[in-house]
Amino acid sequence: MASKNNLLSYIERNSPVHRLTGVTKLVVFLLWTIVCMVSYDTRVLICAMILSIVIFLIARIRLSEIRTVLIFIGVFLLLNDLTIYLFSPEEGVRIYGSRTILFQFSERYTVTKEQLFYLFNVTLKYFTVVPIALLFLVTTDPSEFACSLTRLKVSFRVSYAVSITLRYINDVQNDYHNIAQSQQARGIDLSREAPLKDRIVGLAGIAIPLIFSSLDRIELISNAMDLRGFGKKERRTWYCERPMTRNDWIGIIGAVLLAAIAIGVTLTNGGRFYNPFR
Amino acid sequence: MKLNTRTIVAIGIGSAIFLVLNRFVAIPTPIPNTNISTAYAFLAFMAALFGPIAGALIGFIGHTLTDMLAYGSVWWSWVIASAVFGALVGFVSNRLAIERGETKMTDFVTFNVYQVLANLIAWVLVAPILDILIYSEPVNKVFTQGATAGLANLISVLILGTIFLFAYAKTKTQSGSLKEE
Repeated sequence: MASKNNLLSYIERNSPVHRLTGVTKLVVFLLWTIVCMVSYDTRVLICAMILSIVIFLIARIRLSEIRTVLIFIGVFLLLNDLTIYLFSPEEGVRIYGSRTILFQFSERYTVTKEQLFYLFNVTLKYFTVVPIALLFLVTTDPSEFACSLTRLKVSFRVSYAVSITLRYINDVQNDYHNIAQSQQARGIDLSREAPLKDRIVGLAGIAIPLIFSSLDRIELISNAMDLRGFGKKERRTWYCERPMTRNDWIGIIGAVLLAAIAIGVTLTNGGRFYNPFR
Repeated sequence: MKLNTRTIVAIGIGSAIFLVLNRFVAIPTPIPNTNISTAYAFLAFMAALFGPIAGALIGFIGHTLTDMLAYGSVWWSWVIASAVFGALVGFVSNRLAIERGETKMTDFVTFNVYQVLANLIAWVLVAPILDILIYSEPVNKVFTQGATAGLANLISVLILGTIFLFAYAKTKTQSGSLKEE
């Protein structure tokens, strides 16, 4: 079953990044995402990219452990760039306000320096978040994650829902594989050879048992939680809560400062874009 | 905001199922990165059962985790659109009689009217506008993608969501199903 399970998950290891508390990692991850979402400044993005690779090395995660995911993202981004180009080959020209034609396929499909630079930025923007997001996932213990959410003032009821999700992803996945295999043994064909109508009927045949067995599970778990007095008080404590260390504060303060600088640099351009063509 | 235990567990388990359905049970369309997914039919179904808060949170948590666990990064504009979709469909929850085991034609029509509106708002309005604001992507590209995803989800909810609701109502005992002899 493990070979089919190609979702990312926690990798236990002893590194400075692993020893940080979940709160620190969550704060850094959120700040990082916000900065990379706001900024289209190439200089900021490249700095963020280099820094994220450095942190990646510190965490001692091997490239081979996340290779499948990287290939996945690469294909996704390539397709995205291609669609952008097909729909709007002159988007870069519009943004940067100049037009340097390198060569052209047809009247509409020109290749301009501006467009290439814009696509480069789109790709870069996505890739700067990836190492940090991957790190956040593979270095944060799932049970600590819910506790960190509560520390960031998310209601503990919502945090608990997230922790239930993380706990049950594997169970639901196993249920899915069992149901899919038994339905296929009964002759349901989900491959590309089957016509679309048959595939939709087949999907319903898998989805319905999966959903209804899980609805029973909801009753079971919520009864068990109610019987143990869940949610009777306004606060709750967490088994895996850890005290903040010096490194945690360095991490959080460093991230806040860097984020402020990055947004400051972006704003000095008079827009979100860094324009080398001006 | 005070959620009861059953809703909390429904959000947790619902997000896990959303993730698994989104990941494994989808039919690819010819347009890149866009699938006809069973996940949104399920999201609409859960929202109709457990209400707008549950719908929004299942959409948000489920979509965020799907993106994170599969790609390592989150496409926030579409995550927010999922949450909006779940919340909007959720408003139908106290208009339906399925909890009482009734399968009335009007209920399925109401459910589908809500889901069509929710799909239009989420995918033709919210997702493309956020794509432009956050990611500065070309206008015609994001609206085409949004409209395709909206249409695909609309069909998926129309067929599968309705089937789920019908099947659920059949599992409930009808009130007044016992007769004195």
